[in-house]
Amino acid sequence: MTRHLPALALLAALAALPFALGHNPYLLNALITTGIVTIAAMSLNLLLGFTGQLSLGHIAFFGIGAYVSALTSLGFDVELLWGLRIVHEPWPPVVGFGLAVLATAGCGYLVGRLSFRVRGAYFVIVTISFAEVVRLVALNWVELTQGPLALTGIPPFSLGLPGLGSVTLRTKMQNYYLVLVVGTLCYALIALLVRSRFGRAMRGLKENESLALSVGINATRTLTLAAVISAAMAGAAGSLYAHYLRIIDPDVFLFSTTVTMVIMVVGGGKGTLLGPVVGGLIFGLLPVALRPVMVPEAQWMVFGVVLIVIQFVMPRGIVPGLARLATRRHAPGGAPARMPAEARP
Amino acid sequence: MSEIHAPILSVDHVGVRFGGLVAIADLHFDVHPGEIVSLIGPNGAGKTTAFNVMTGFLKPSQGQVRFRGTSLQGLQPHEIVRLGLSRTFQRTSVFPDDTVVDNVMIGLHRRGRGRLVDSLLGQDRTGEAALRDRARALLDWVGLSGRAQDKAGSLAYGEQRLVGVALALATEPAMLLLDEPVSGMNASETQVFVRLIRSIRERGITILLVEHDMPMVMEVSDRIVVLNYGRLIAEGPPAAIRADPAVIEAYLGQGSAAREAAQAARETIDA
Repeated sequence: MTRHLPALALLAALAALPFALGHNPYLLNALITTGIVTIAAMSLNLLLGFTGQLSLGHIAFFGIGAYVSALTSLGFDVELLWGLRIVHEPWPPVVGFGLAVLATAGCGYLVGRLSFRVRGAYFVIVTISFAEVVRLVALNWVELTQGPLALTGIPPFSLGLPGLGSVTLRTKMQNYYLVLVVGTLCYALIALLVRSRFGRAMRGLKENESLALSVGINATRTLTLAAVISAAMAGAAGSLYAHYLRIIDPDVFLFSTTVTMVIMVVGGGKGTLLGPVVGGLIFGLLPVALRPVMVPEAQWMVFGVVLIVIQFVMPRGIVPGLARLATRRHAPGGAPARMPAEARP
Repeated sequence: MSEIHAPILSVDHVGVRFGGLVAIADLHFDVHPGEIVSLIGPNGAGKTTAFNVMTGFLKPSQGQVRFRGTSLQGLQPHEIVRLGLSRTFQRTSVFPDDTVVDNVMIGLHRRGRGRLVDSLLGQDRTGEAALRDRARALLDWVGLSGRAQDKAGSLAYGEQRLVGVALALATEPAMLLLDEPVSGMNASETQVFVRLIRSIRERGITILLVEHDMPMVMEVSDRIVVLNYGRLIAEGPPAAIRADPAVIEAYLGQGSAAREAAQAARETIDA
């Protein structure tokens, strides 16, 4: 359990945070949106950090999750080609959440299946294109998505608890804890995955692909499964976003959000469990700290500078950097990690 | 004995061309169960290319490879290893960022067949423990138990080779292809490796070896296959290969001066 001590401490701190803040809707709102983007960053880390594949269209899964969930709970009435008409009556947001997860898992399967046969740069390009196509659909299929007019009046989550009736999550406090619970579940799922046989296969492919193949690891299957889980998690985050903000427009597909997610993962430490969480909190809350002093456009420069400083001081990210500092303190002087080959018999 | 058994591996008139470059012209030889066969030849003779064809990393332009009677045509590397044909690599033989024991755990991928759902629910504990025991046993076998918790990337070159062998053995092969396993090893490390090769054969695993260290090849091989410019130029037991004029010429070039130099060199090595 000591391995998870920092994560548990962080969880306890996050659980206590709203009480420490007192009544501060502005900060609570920033924490909720930061939490949602952090879940998306965690999902991106599953691909980027653990398999080494960079998805630069990860926001597509997030946005699809948001739209699927919103449309499921709002209902729609669209006319397709040849007079085919689809009418959908509103369903509860929780069902929307489930459908968002399923739909994005399916998209993850398609994108993974299409691109992992070639991988690398091709995967980056396929994911960017995918995100852009999805954004254009959301923008132009006005009958379904309202286009730039946005989907409004999305109902909030209501959780039915057996024996306790149901609770509709209207307050920020309730939504904060919902995001915290979902985030914790995603974290636990990734932690279990990484330690499993599947996690070892992912690490093997990332560290030495030929060698991984030669011990019988099926690259396409492993990477596609990682993409499915990653996409589903991003879709879950998108659903949380839709039912919290209760309004979404095609701007949820903005490329810059993917960049923010990549910055969170790389800055925090890709390929570590806590990295995207720490990176997510830092880069998610940085705008809150900077807002009184500068406009959003200028904040990007600060983002850049902070990232460069982090990479300079801790090349592998904050979490691995701190972990190294901690082990060094335990063993003063520290044995050299690598012994020269000639020095050994 | 080789006459009685059907070959475990047959390379059947394999050719590999990269555009106009002929890497392998026409390679044809068999390996029989229980043998230790070496594939030798000067640099660029096509040895590693041949390995890549046998293990599915390269598609041959002509011919095919059969393993235990099954054609390997069109099979992916991970499918071929499942048939029992495993390999090591010349240069990068480890997962550098993982510990040595975790390397072998990754290598045991085919063995830990636990379902994803089970491991997610934490019900695969016994399977994981058994896997770890197996990994330790394999490290014991190759003589690396003392380095189990070290990062594989921090190991000396020779030790990384041993990790590579442990990884290949983890797949429980019937036949093992070793690509220059002792390059970068000193004489005593090489001797230890020769003993390891013999112990692998004793467990019924057939071995095909690519190696430049001639004394080691001569010592360990039952039979040697010689390649030059993508062509097979000789095949036979070590003693015959040592005396084969075509082989000497391939390695040392034409001319008696070179041959004399070779003779002198061999005498110094023997002495």
